[in-house]
Amino acid sequence: MAEITLQHYLVTGAVLFSLGLFAVMTRRNAVAVLMGIELILNAANINFVAFSKYTAGGLNGQVFSVFVIVLAAAEAAVAMAIILALYYNLKTIYVDEADRMRG
Amino acid sequence: MTILIPLLPLLGFTIQMFFGKRLPRGGDFLCISLMFTTLVLSILTFIRIFSHGDPNYIETFGFEWIVLGDMNLSFGFLLDTLTGVMLIVVSLVSFLIHLYSVGYMHGDPRYSRYFGYLGIFSFSMLGLILTDNLFGLYIFWELVGLSSYLLIGFWFEKKSAADAGKKAFLTTRIGDIGMFIGIMIIFGAIGKLGFHDVFQAVANGEFGGTLLTVAGVCLFMGAVGKSAQFPLHVWLPDAMEGPTPVSALIHAATMVAAGVYMIGRIFVVFTPDALLVIAYVGAFTAIFAATIAIVMNDIKRVLAYSTLSQLGFMVMALGAGGYVAGLFHLMTHAFFKALLFLGAGSVIHAVHSQDVRDMGGLRKKMPITFWTFLAATLAISGVPGFSGFFSKDAILAATLEKAMLHPSTFLLPFLGFTAAGITAFYMFRLVFLTFFGKPRNEEKYRHAHESPWVMTVPLVILGILAVCSAWGGWFQNYVTKPSLETYATVQMIDEHADASHVTAVETSHAVAVDHADDHHDVAHTAHNYAMALSIIIALGGILIAYLTYMKGKISADRMMKKYKGIHTVLTNKYYIDEFYGKTFIAFTLALARVSRWIDTYIIDGLVNGISRLTVLSSDIAGSFDNIVVDGMVNTVADFSIAVGGKLRRLQTGRVQNYILWVVIALLVIFYFKVF
Amino acid sequence: METSTIIFYFFMLMTLASAAFVVTTKNVVYAAFALLGTFFGVAALYIFLNADFIAAVQVLVYVGGILILIIFGVMLTHRVMDVELRVKTIQVFPAFISALLLVIILVTVVLETRWPLGEAEQVTSTTRGIGMLIMNDYLLPFEIISVLLLMALVGAVLLARRER
Repeated sequence: MAEITLQHYLVTGAVLFSLGLFAVMTRRNAVAVLMGIELILNAANINFVAFSKYTAGGLNGQVFSVFVIVLAAAEAAVAMAIILALYYNLKTIYVDEADRMRG
Repeated sequence: MTILIPLLPLLGFTIQMFFGKRLPRGGDFLCISLMFTTLVLSILTFIRIFSHGDPNYIETFGFEWIVLGDMNLSFGFLLDTLTGVMLIVVSLVSFLIHLYSVGYMHGDPRYSRYFGYLGIFSFSMLGLILTDNLFGLYIFWELVGLSSYLLIGFWFEKKSAADAGKKAFLTTRIGDIGMFIGIMIIFGAIGKLGFHDVFQAVANGEFGGTLLTVAGVCLFMGAVGKSAQFPLHVWLPDAMEGPTPVSALIHAATMVAAGVYMIGRIFVVFTPDALLVIAYVGAFTAIFAATIAIVMNDIKRVLAYSTLSQLGFMVMALGAGGYVAGLFHLMTHAFFKALLFLGAGSVIHAVHSQDVRDMGGLRKKMPITFWTFLAATLAISGVPGFSGFFSKDAILAATLEKAMLHPSTFLLPFLGFTAAGITAFYMFRLVFLTFFGKPRNEEKYRHAHESPWVMTVPLVILGILAVCSAWGGWFQNYVTKPSLETYATVQMIDEHADASHVTAVETSHAVAVDHADDHHDVAHTAHNYAMALSIIIALGGILIAYLTYMKGKISADRMMKKYKGIHTVLTNKYYIDEFYGKTFIAFTLALARVSRWIDTYIIDGLVNGISRLTVLSSDIAGSFDNIVVDGMVNTVADFSIAVGGKLRRLQTGRVQNYILWVVIALLVIFYFKVF
Repeated sequence: METSTIIFYFFMLMTLASAAFVVTTKNVVYAAFALLGTFFGVAALYIFLNADFIAAVQVLVYVGGILILIIFGVMLTHRVMDVELRVKTIQVFPAFISALLLVIILVTVVLETRWPLGEAEQVTSTTRGIGMLIMNDYLLPFEIISVLLLMALVGAVLLARRER
């Protein structure tokens, strides 16, 4: 506990990831699900940067995380558009009500 | 050409049965013309055969019908002098009957059908005469039986007529069974049924002794039935229920003669023992029937018993060795008996009654009928000059000759002469009662009139034949007794060589020519005696009848009262019908009842039981199918539905559920990887 | 214990706590704002990791862009859904269990693995380094990313359009 090691960051990332996954699996509100996804992406980013610092890879990890952030942005925009489209068509933002493919 | 002879009447039958009613006049002219053509063809055939001038002339043609390995049945025709005579007799009488029936059956509701039946009868009879083998003989024999059944029971609305038809058929059937057994014995022994082949086999000694006698007697049984010898005579008097022309055709001239013809045809097959049986049966029948004829009051009954008696004569003659005599009498009898029946029919038609007690003095009213009837009666009584005299005389001579050679057979001529005397008596009784004296029924007498030309012309033609047919002795020249040797193909063994073989050969000779030369002298002596005796007896019989019924010297009524017992027995025909009724018929009916019971309860019960069983088992199968099989199928289907129903829940359509499953799967993989 | 360590733990807990709040709260608006806290926390962690450029980008893009977007989304749909009285979460229990298991596994893995650690680097500005890498080694991904952004832009506009 004296020193902040790689494991600290990795554990943070793992917990954050699980929380994000939980949010995705559990929440009914589509926006809340989107938030969960952002959490997951952030967790991955932390892992990248942590590895970038603690291993002999140079700045490659950080470059990856730049790309991840860009992708997250693009994906968030598209997701929001989808949520709005969903709302206009099904009049709901609860994802469990989008069960047209129900068996 | 010959084949047309039987086929033309058959054609008539076929047309009549299908179209008769629609033809003008009911088709009678068609049948008459067909029959006339047949007659012409028969005459031509007769002339052709006789022009050869050879009594032994034989003409045959045939074709093979069934060939099975060794067995060979062929069908064909055999024409010899006997056939020629028979053809004339049958077709002439049949033709005259056709003509007569136009008048007699006028106005009958089934007029056209009657002529159809006449047609099939003629066909059967002609076929019978022409065939050349035992099998064909049997077939036509049965056909004749069938046709006679149809004709006797023609007025079947009357119960007595329908019964008579049945009785005729069944009684002759019994005789036919015997005949069939005889045929089977021969077939079993020889394997062939053609006349020529059979005669050859007998002549060669292949077939002889007791078996041959038995076969002969069995074949004779057929004749007993068809020619109404004792004890199968019962059907003939009842058969008078049929129309009178039918009686004339069937019972006087043709069908009953079939039996006699058959005996003549297969004459060489009979052993001396068989012939003796035949002779005695004939003799007994002759006298038996004659006694009954005395007391009958129905014209047709008298004539029926007279027929029985005359048939007995013919059979007796053949049995005694008088081949020519018997067949000669066959021909003359055909003519005068047919005439007698047609004449009786004419009287019945005029007076509308068959009872002699309703008649009397009719000769003034029906001259043609009277004179022709008288001619026939003179013939049957054996008055010299008439045809019947020559033939009856020949018969009596034959029996006398036989008795002279074999004194043990003295009964034959004794019965023969007695019967001849009685015959003369009852025939003239009939004539006197019908045509002479005062009319006993005024009303009927007033209505009486001579019959139309279609009926009297046949009477005249037959009358002429009754008188003339024997003149010239042509018959005896052309029809001769067959001898067994003519058929033998094997060389005759020297008589001294093998004793047993000689005996066999000797017994297989029918009534052969063992003592050829001795015979001639005996024959002449017998002939002279017979002639004298028969003339005396005939005139005696006529005299007694004259005294009784014309002059009244002997009172018939007093005789009746004096011999009441005998009279009653005779009137009731010796109670034979009653006897048969109580024994054979009752037994057969009981058997029928038993059979019916078995059929109804046992056999039908069995069938019903099986059907119920079948229904039951099919029910079981059905329910098995429904419950088990369908059950299995349904279970499988239900299971699929249940599983599907459960699995369906996985498809929630919610992505989050799917993500959860992914995570779980991931965890599982981690578990296996890490731990 | 050094001050930096304490501050590190503070930021770590802040991040995780905010994230937990985001995940569990019923009110979506609260969740959106809690997400803000998470992002800031993550940015702080980046600073600790000497990733100054990334931290700046994080704040700019995530907080300044994505979070705004999310709040817009929440606001646009929130009011209408407010009257609903339905349950806000589904299948909580199985998800909780599986997430828990997952975190346990991951943590175990992290702690058990012997990471190949390299020597510590100097604390310098990473901007220049990142820029060099992007322009030299990762040029293609860079170009593709820009195309992707364009696609996302066009796609988003297209998807969200209301049909007339």
